[in-house]
This record gives sequence, C-alpha cells and structure tokens, in this order.
Amino acid sequence: MKEMIQFTLNGIPVTLDAEPDRPLLWVLRGDLNLTGTKYGCGIGLCGACAVLVDGVAERSCLLDISSIANKTVTTIEGLAGGEELHPLQQAFVEHDALQCGYCTPGMIITAAGLLKEKPAASEAEIIAGLDGNLCRCGAHKRILQAVRSVSSSKKT
Amino acid sequence: MFEDDLIEAPVTFNRRSFLKRVGGGVVVLFTTQPVFSLAQAAALQPVEPAFNAYLRIADDGRVTCFTGKIEMGQGIITSLPQMLADELDVSVDMIDMVMGDTDRCPFDQGTWGSLTTRVFGPELRAAGAQARSVLIDLASEQLGLPREQLAVSNGVVFERANQGRQVSYSALTSDRTIVREVKTSDPLKTAQDYKVMGTALKRRDSREKVTGKAQYAADIRLPGMLHARLLRPPAHDAKLQSLEISAAEAIEGVQVVQDGDLVAVLHENREVADRAIALLKTTYSRPGTQLDERTIYDHLLSRAPEGDPVASGGDLSEGERLAVEVFEETYLNAYVAHAPIEPHAALASFEDGKMTVWASTQSPFGLKRQLVSALGLAEDKVRVITPFVGGGFGGKGSSSQGLQAARLAKIAGRPVQVFWTREDEFFWDTYRPAAIVKIRSGLTQAGAPAFWDYRVYFAGARGSEQPYDIPHHKTVAHSRRWTGPPGTHPFATGAWRAPAANTNAFAREQHIDIMAAYAGVDPLEFRLKNCSDAKYIGVLKAAAEKFGWTPAKGPSGRGVGVACGIDADTVVATMAEVEVDKSSGRIKVKRVVCAQDMGLVVNPAGATIQMEGCITMGLGYALSEELHFRGGEILDLNFDSYDLPLFSTLPEIETILIDSADPAPHGGGEPAIITMGAVIANAVFDAIGVRLFELPLTPQRVKAVLA
Repeated sequence: MKEMIQFTLNGIPVTLDAEPDRPLLWVLRGDLNLTGTKYGCGIGLCGACAVLVDGVAERSCLLDISSIANKTVTTIEGLAGGEELHPLQQAFVEHDALQCGYCTPGMIITAAGLLKEKPAASEAEIIAGLDGNLCRCGAHKRILQAVRSVSSSKKT
Repeated sequence: MFEDDLIEAPVTFNRRSFLKRVGGGVVVLFTTQPVFSLAQAAALQPVEPAFNAYLRIADDGRVTCFTGKIEMGQGIITSLPQMLADELDVSVDMIDMVMGDTDRCPFDQGTWGSLTTRVFGPELRAAGAQARSVLIDLASEQLGLPREQLAVSNGVVFERANQGRQVSYSALTSDRTIVREVKTSDPLKTAQDYKVMGTALKRRDSREKVTGKAQYAADIRLPGMLHARLLRPPAHDAKLQSLEISAAEAIEGVQVVQDGDLVAVLHENREVADRAIALLKTTYSRPGTQLDERTIYDHLLSRAPEGDPVASGGDLSEGERLAVEVFEETYLNAYVAHAPIEPHAALASFEDGKMTVWASTQSPFGLKRQLVSALGLAEDKVRVITPFVGGGFGGKGSSSQGLQAARLAKIAGRPVQVFWTREDEFFWDTYRPAAIVKIRSGLTQAGAPAFWDYRVYFAGARGSEQPYDIPHHKTVAHSRRWTGPPGTHPFATGAWRAPAANTNAFAREQHIDIMAAYAGVDPLEFRLKNCSDAKYIGVLKAAAEKFGWTPAKGPSGRGVGVACGIDADTVVATMAEVEVDKSSGRIKVKRVVCAQDMGLVVNPAGATIQMEGCITMGLGYALSEELHFRGGEILDLNFDSYDLPLFSTLPEIETILIDSADPAPHGGGEPAIITMGAVIANAVFDAIGVRLFELPLTPQRVKAVLA
C-alpha cells in the first residue's frame, strides 16, 4: 500500500508516493537517480551505502523509507551544497585518499557524520568510527590522513 | 610535404571506419602484441586488425588518448597521460582519456598482469613521439625553417634562436587529417628530458569520485530499463530439478525468464526483483562431494598433473651430497575471494540489432568476444563500454554478468541491468586457488645453501623461481596456471592480484628463513650473503635502513621479519614488526616497511599508493581471509564471515621507491603484495619461535602451534 512520505533530500523538500517498506538505498539509486550512494553488501556491513539522516551516518540499505519521513537526508551529491567541495571531499582529493572510488562516498559520508558528532575526533576515534566501512583497494592510510586533516584535533 | 587529408599508411576497411569515429587532426595508430591473458580469457586470440591503440590531436590542440585499458583504481588514468605529455611536449591537462570502449578504442586483451605501464606504456610513448615528429615537420614547412632549428614546449613549436617565431599544435592541426602508424625511428625521450614522468601527480579522477558523479556500470540508467536478479544455486555442483515460478510472477510487473541455465526475475524496481527471486520455489540434486577447506589439500595432491620444469641448475643429487643438514617443509594456502566492493554489474541494451553493454570488466574486448560468439552477432553489432570499475584484482576478467545482461535484454526486449548481490559476488567469484608448495633444501657445512628442490601445486608458476645463489636447484610447477585441469577445484579459480606469486613467496621466503635460523645467521644477512642480484640487494638494504634493522639470529623475540621477491619485473623487499598475543593467538602487525625497485617510476604518487594498497590488501590473505566451503557450497557469502582488512588492522606503513638505474618501467599494481604472507610469518616466528605453514595465520592456527 503506497503512502505519501515527505522528507528533505539534499536541501530540497521531496514527497514520495511509495510503499513505505522500500529500502532507501534503492529509492535513491532507482527512483531519484542519486547513484553516488553505492550498494556493497546489502546487510549493513560495508558502509558503501551510507547517507546522513538528520546529520547521523546511517546505512541506507537497512532503512525503510518510512523511517526517514519528515527527516533530512544528505547523500554524497548534496554534501557540498554547491560547486565548492565539502572540506572532507577536498581532503580526500588532496590526500589521494581513494583508488577505485567505489567506497569513497560512503567513507566521506561516514566521516562527515563522525565529525559532526565529534568535531575534534582523535585518530583512535576516527579508526573506530570508520571501522565498519570496507575498502578493498587498501586506501586506509590515506583515508585516515584525510579525515584527520579535517578534524579540529589535527596536529598542526 | 604534407597534404591535407593525406592518409599514407595502408588503411584497412576497419581502420577507415575506425577513423570516421575519430575526426580530424593528427592521428597515430599503434600496435601492441598480446603478452598473456587471464586464465578465463586464455582462449582469446586477437582477431582484430593489428592496429591497437591510438591518439588524436584535435584542432583545438587537445589530445585524446584512446585505450582499451580500463581504470579500476590502479591510477593509469593519471599515469598514461603523463607518459604521453612528455613525448608530445604538451601539458598533462591537455590530455583526455577514453578508456575501455570497444567502438572507440582499439583492441586490448585486458587490464591485468601489471602490463599497462611496462608493455602498453612504451607503445603509447612511441605514438606520442611519432605525433610530435609529424607536428615538427608541419611546423618546419609553415615556418620555413629546418627541423633541426626547432624545439617544442607546451604544445608550441618555436625557433630555438628566436622564440618569437612559433606555431601552436592547434594551428598546425586545424582542418586536416594526418594519419601515421608508429615507427620506431622517432626516438623516445630519455630521463633527463622528462618533465612530467617522474613527477608526483595526484589522481585525475578524484573530483568525480568524491562527489558521487563518477559512474560505475550499475549507475548507468536507460529509459525503460529493468533490474534483474539471478537464481543462484545452493552449490556449484547442484543441479536444478524443479522450478515453480507462480508466486514470483504473481507480483505485479515481475517477469520470470528461463533461458537454459539462466533463470532470472526482472522488474523495474530492484527491491521488487529482490522480493520476487525469494519466491521462486526450487529443488536441486547434489552429488555427495564432501571436500572442505581441510581436506582440499590431499585432494589436490591426488589430482596433481605432471610437473613442468620452471628453472634448474646444477645437479640435485650432487647438492644432496654436499648438504650436512636437510630441510623439508610443506606450505599451504587457502582459497581467497577477490571481494571488490563493487559487485559485478552490467547494463545491456539491444536496439536496432546492436547490443550495447556497459560492464564492470577488466576485459572489455574479452567480453565483446563472448557476446559475439554467444549471441551470434556480427563484430560491429556488439559494443562494450567500461565506465569506472570499482576494483577488480583479477576477479573481473571473465565478466559473465555482461553476457547474462545481454541474454536477458534480448529476451525482455528492454534494457536489463544485472547487478550481482554480495552473495552472488562471493559465490560466482573465481577464487585464488588453494595451493601447496613442497620444498626440500640443504645447507653446506659452511652454512651456505647447497640445494633447492621446489615443487608448487596449483598456485601457478609465476614467482616460483628463487633468486638466490644456490648451486644445485630445481623448480617445478604442477600446473603453471591458477585454474588447474577440470575437476581439480570444486568451483572456479583464477588470477588474484599477483597470482601465484603470493603463494610462492610465502613458501620460499619462510624456507630461506628456516635455513638462516639453523645457520645461526641474521635473516637479512643470510639473504644478502646468498644473493648477488643488484636490485635485490638494493631493496633489502633500503628497507633495512628505513626499518632500522639490527641483526640478530632468529628467533630474537622482537617479532621482526623480512621477505623479498620479484613480480612483474619489479623487485620488492618488505620488513614487518608484529606482536603476538599468545593467549588469543591474535597477530597485530604494527609496522611494515617496503622498498621497491620498479625501474622508471612514471608517477611516484601513484606508485606509492599502489604499494600501500598492496600492503594493506596483503594483510587480508596473510591474517584472515579464507574461503570456507562444503563441496560446491560456499559458506562465506558476505562480510559477516569473510574478514577483509579494516582500519583497526592497519599498521604503520612506510614505502620506498628506489631511484633505479633501470630506465624501463616495470609493474606497480601487484609486486608489493607478494611478500606480505611471508614477512608476517617470518616476523611471527621471530616473536614466538614457532612457524606457521598455512595461510591465513588465523588466531586458531597460532594457538594450535603454541599448544
């Protein structure tokens, strides 16, 4: 049974007429053509599908769209909010913190959620915060450096 | 000297049609010879015309490089333009890449084997040199000056004595088409003239990738497209006995397709296809095979094909006579998965008799060949386009998902996207084979290696030769490739980043350590004493200096180890420090230092990233990655039981690129992974005084040897 579900997506109010139990991941990638949010495992173990829900990083493969009603969702496409890159995006570019790039949106979104909660996250907190995000190319060292450079606890 | 629209080279029909898609300007064709392919693609022989890749300089001065190679993270989207920029004397920013499109790019076997830089690279540079020479000829004519008086900088040809007399590439190429084949007569630049090669450049694709704009195969959208879910059997040896589709078909908009072995459900929404596939009612028959990850090694040895000699010298029986101590060990490694974070994906569209497939593949032309043959279509009726590939590591060579999508699209009459689930990805992977290495060696009274008798089973021959000064030695591969004869493995195996070389280095470098420990010699010193290869000596010394290696007889209790090897003509030496928790059996790798001699380094930044990636990925096969199975049933189907390296397992990583005396570029995407199993095993022995002979070095195995 379809329902009207309203939420804010990348700063824009959206109303969906859809079955409330549809996974947010496939609604984003299919109906809304926001393909920056990636499928990787489907059970919340890899982090490629991370989006911000009211500023908190969540796994969109595990979220029904009913759970985001009246909330604010930010995907990688809306993180910067303009032509200028978000500081984390800029840091990933400057640190060459990616290879194939497939896990990158999820890494950046997860880090954004972490730094919103803990703007001065330490190295240990960043490691703990990103440990559920998988990267197969082995860009971990640079991802940590990139996130660390944006954390206000960074060494100067 | 040159006329507009002059085509000098003999032009085949195919080349003409090829050129129609290119446009005007200076176009250079060049050829490459196939070196080798992935095992799955081994049947591929190039039947395409001999011309193989090319570049074009348009009348706006921009350069387009067309290549059948693909970008999967390894960074050739950055390093190939660097090579071209130097030979053409243009800014790297003036070069655009078109990659992996079979209609626009010339034939290429596939992106694997660390071949892009060392084999394709010199060809591309020769094309650049040829184009530059043509442009200098044109400038000579236009400026009325002999070639010798001209120089080029940044896409502008000028008189050496009077830089005001100049003409730009864009002015020279406007309104004409000039075609050249690569000749070898135009010399390539040498190191002192490199401006872009050897300079660390950041990735060119980062901005697209950090903003989510970068498109992968599953991100392509076409009007009316359907999403497919495939019926996956419970085991590779299972046979479908019955299929009941009515419950799935009862869902509005669901179409169930049965085409021989291919059973799929299609729907406009992916999650509806997900729901429908679960409603198919099936029964299967299964043979009673009970092989598992413990019994597989005996099975493999019982199926071992005849040995194929890889290398030999001296006389083993003479070596045996010289030996005062003999060392005999067997080394094992488990099946491991590729597990790229992007599962296999493809979108197929069949329109006006032409099949177009966007696929995550390491071999767009290999997939095209499969499509042509399986669908019975003409060569010019099949096009494969490769967007960004989300990791390959050897696992995206055969690309069966592209054929699945194409078959379904033909049947459905609409575009169909196949996007494997994680479970599909694990199940249909072509795993690194489980393998066995048996080594028998001896030491002389003086503590020098007397003989080396090496047999590798099923891993493959790559990296099996030993680099040490051993007077009597023999290396034999029982199966030179990583596939093995039919019936060997309970499922498909294939190339996995630096195929065979990981297994061979794990065995060889531990065995060398065993002899060093018996001889009472520091393991670094033992290697340096018994190896006279300058590259090996160079990387070992460089790693030791950075690591702060202090000599000690093993086991020293410090938990340090060393290993070295060669892959894709690049020599690496790795040192590691580990800590072993004896109660839990857990190994913590604290620090890894790796030195690499890869000859000419085109992009030091990219090469360093590849080394770091190899080291990090290598932690997985060394410590935690192991496929569990019962016959053809795969027990690890997601990341809940198959453990990739994590941020929390990351050691401190330091890398060194040797300023090499070798002017040729060698492989960079694979070499640094080959030593990871061995260096950690050697460091574990140094820490606890006990050796582990089976990868991965799980806590259970550590506890077992300590018990």
